[in-house]
Amino acid sequence: MKRSNKNRIKKDPPVRAVKPEIRQTAKAGGNFKDKLNAYRDQHAQALFSSLGRLVATPFVSMMTISVLAIAISLASGFYILVSNLQQLTANLETSNQMSLFLRDDVSEAHAKKLVDSIKLDKNVQSVKLITKEQALQEFKTYSGFGAAINALETNPLPIVLQVLPKNALNDKEELSELLKNFQQSPEVDFAQMDLQWVDRLQSIISLARLFANLLSLLLGTAVLFIVGNSVRLELHNRRDEVVISKLVGATDAFIRRPFLYTGFWIGFISGVLAWFIVALLMLILNHSVEALSELYGGSFHLLFLNFTETIALIFLSSLLGVIGSWAVLVFQLQYTKAS
Amino acid sequence: MINFVNVSKRYAETGDVLRNISFHLQRGEMAFLTGHSGAGKSTLLRLIAVMERVSRGQILLDGQDLSLAKESQLPYIRRKMGFIYQDYKLLHDRTVFDNVALPLVIAGYGHHEVTRRVRAALDKVSLTGKEKKYPLALSGGEQQRVGIARAVVNKPPIIIADEPTGNLDPDLSEEIMFLFGQFQRVGVTILIASHDISLITQLNHRVLKLDHGQLVSS
Repeated sequence: MKRSNKNRIKKDPPVRAVKPEIRQTAKAGGNFKDKLNAYRDQHAQALFSSLGRLVATPFVSMMTISVLAIAISLASGFYILVSNLQQLTANLETSNQMSLFLRDDVSEAHAKKLVDSIKLDKNVQSVKLITKEQALQEFKTYSGFGAAINALETNPLPIVLQVLPKNALNDKEELSELLKNFQQSPEVDFAQMDLQWVDRLQSIISLARLFANLLSLLLGTAVLFIVGNSVRLELHNRRDEVVISKLVGATDAFIRRPFLYTGFWIGFISGVLAWFIVALLMLILNHSVEALSELYGGSFHLLFLNFTETIALIFLSSLLGVIGSWAVLVFQLQYTKAS
Repeated sequence: MINFVNVSKRYAETGDVLRNISFHLQRGEMAFLTGHSGAGKSTLLRLIAVMERVSRGQILLDGQDLSLAKESQLPYIRRKMGFIYQDYKLLHDRTVFDNVALPLVIAGYGHHEVTRRVRAALDKVSLTGKEKKYPLALSGGEQQRVGIARAVVNKPPIIIADEPTGNLDPDLSEEIMFLFGQFQRVGVTILIASHDISLITQLNHRVLKLDHGQLVSS
């Protein structure tokens, strides 16, 4: 050992340029494979020691992680809520079909003539006549109030004309113009766009989606700050270590590494915990939703985070943890240097 | 090896702490840095460690101008120096082995090399068998020797010691100085800040004396 030390020092020329000096020092520590292994060991060490530190102060860690998990689960909860609402309307195709409810005193023969005249309209693709009897049959089949209808002496349902405008006619104003024309004809009691409510619901849902996104952005920012704050405290508690490491030649990357891993762990564990919180909420809700869905023919099933979304949730939380600690480290280590 | 050329350090709050300091420590030279409290000893050492930058003048370390060194180069410059402190500056939550290994781990040495070198360094300061102990379980003299082992484990060409014997009794101080003498004999340049006059006079080495920020004898 002594000999190699002597040799190394003797080899040094008295004055040398800056760069080779640094390279030579950086090269110390054996061959490339050793260096690579050492680098891997450094990361593994930082990864597990930062987890160890979180576990060593379970109360403080759990407080931070719980706050984060709740924030993250709020954001993902809203996301799922909106996804489920979207699912409600997803299989409803919008169509421009209109229904014209004719006045009670219009006869079937008159209605047929009306159908023929409407067919002549250049904006109309097809017209379908639904007689009072057909309407009654349909109502009995689909409404579930068949028995009640049977109790009635006369058929209360009007004749309905289902008008499908030409596909080319897609402009909202032109459509409402056409609807208004129908409304004004003396035979028509009431005219309506059949699926206008779907349009309206869909715009409400996209508004909700936007709201959920903004909320996620806000909560994500909160996560950044919370992680940043706990890393700042950690940095403060380990200030000696930072200073000593610096004195024995640690690069900023080396000093940052364990704190970045702390941020990662906080984010990662919070993400996983948030998933469980959301799962628990969904489990509680699922029973009620299934019961409700049953009443409507059982077509609706509560959606949960799929595999990709779960991975994305955990990845994003971890990323936020790393970014939050990174920001604090860049700021704080600069400050340490200055003071 | 350490060459100060008209170095001044000025703080906005306190004014000049060091004024026009010039001296040159040759490779393998051992010198004491002495002076009253507040004479600027610590500041001078901080300048060598590039924990602070000079206000005026130049410090050449092994021919490299420290004032021109970029922030990203500083870690590599510091790896050429071993620092020893009065308060040892050990990490209390790590074992003796891990404390001594720190500079090697930072420099990216492989596991086997780290173990080999840490053992050798601990052997040199006669602390073999204490690897698994924690610093607080050791005596002051032992802790200081851990600090010395950490400073030399990377075989730096320069050792900087700030009051290394400040907390130790004369016997232990002598032991520590004996170690420094050994390092010097293998070509290490050593600068020791101390106001232990008896120790300084007893050992016949070069003395740099600071008074109110000026070098009054070298």
